[in-house]
Amino acid sequence: MSKIYINGISSVSPQSEDIYENEIPQTYNENILPAINIDYKSLIKPMMLRRMSKAVKMGLYCSKKALQEAGIADPGAILVGTGQGCMQDTEKFMSNMLESEEGLLSPTSFIQSTHNTVAGQIALDLKCKGHNMTFTQNSASFETALLDTVLLFEDEQVQNILVGGVDETSEEFTGFQKLDGQIKEASINNLDLFASGTSGTIISESAAFFTLSSEKNDSTYAEFKDVQIINKVEKSDLISKIEEFLSRNKLRLADIDAVILGRNGDSRFDHYYEDLQQGLFAEKCQVGFKHLVGDNNSVSSYAFWLASKILKEKRISQIFKLNAVNCNAPRNILIYNQYLGRNHGLILLQSH
Amino acid sequence: MSDLHTELKKSIIEQLNLEDMEVSEIENDEHLFGDGLGLDSIDALELIVLLEKDYGIKLTDPNQGKEIFNSINTMADFIEKNRTR
Repeated sequence: MSKIYINGISSVSPQSEDIYENEIPQTYNENILPAINIDYKSLIKPMMLRRMSKAVKMGLYCSKKALQEAGIADPGAILVGTGQGCMQDTEKFMSNMLESEEGLLSPTSFIQSTHNTVAGQIALDLKCKGHNMTFTQNSASFETALLDTVLLFEDEQVQNILVGGVDETSEEFTGFQKLDGQIKEASINNLDLFASGTSGTIISESAAFFTLSSEKNDSTYAEFKDVQIINKVEKSDLISKIEEFLSRNKLRLADIDAVILGRNGDSRFDHYYEDLQQGLFAEKCQVGFKHLVGDNNSVSSYAFWLASKILKEKRISQIFKLNAVNCNAPRNILIYNQYLGRNHGLILLQSH
Repeated sequence: MSDLHTELKKSIIEQLNLEDMEVSEIENDEHLFGDGLGLDSIDALELIVLLEKDYGIKLTDPNQGKEIFNSINTMADFIEKNRTR
């Protein structure tokens, strides 16, 4: 299999994309965080934009930016990970059904309510007729898209792949996650997330897309080495799973410079991360991101964006750091994420 | 411009999410599809629903659509002659 280089990246989240450079966070005092508004019209035609829900706008915008940066017009494949798909249009047509007492329905929101709308709209815009897949695997949705990426690159015909993760919130449906305790009861400031000490987390909408290529170029950020999904694991076995993952990549723990952890302030499940922070990764530079961008089913794509930035800039932005360990010019970064104690994802990136 | 013409333009702007468009920017004889307003096949479906929902007109022959949805004028004429509400 050829090497896989990250040649273009882009993200839309509750934080501005230049947060890594300016370190000025957007703060929220609510538990459902919207993605910031950006000038979608700069890249998407208004006649196309008018029908798009937030997920489609974010996904298409990021895709175009990531491809532009890599200098690619038409990728060989489009792979999207989304846990909840196009919730806004689903909510819209279901509300219409109720209002019209199951009478006449507007077709647009129904057509666009499926999970694969984002990947489909990207393909239509790019006129890309290649492999087009959407993966919905709860909080490991993006990791699953990465898994397909690895498989596709085993085929030497494929040179460039557009891969990303996207999830949106919707007015009513997202609130339902409060009913089963996924969202914190009391509103908190997002910067206080890790110290909240209560159950649940802050839910958000975000997208991050990447141009992955078999050749590196001037814009290359890093090399994507490997991904693994462990749907279920006893906490006592987690360390050995991580060591096995490193070992299959011919790395030892000492080779890892920084770890990006999906800690989300949920007192019921943060112990998965805390144990690693105080044990296996105690000497490593620890990085977090959910206090800034919240949590959703494809937010590990934001961690992938963050790791790419770190490896290109050869420094770790202070605002993301969870401990005081310094790390100059990191070479290997491990991303670990889980949600509700399930769907543990490991992603490895290396400087090129 | 009749009330029906204005009403139709408002409904089209709202139903088709033509967010940046004003009623005054749509000419009565301007083509709705193609070179004119630039609507597409999904919009055509929305217009069929609009006719039925707002004016009680059910299009039975799809071939009629091309003629009826040519412009605001043709739509208004058709509605005047066939409306049930």
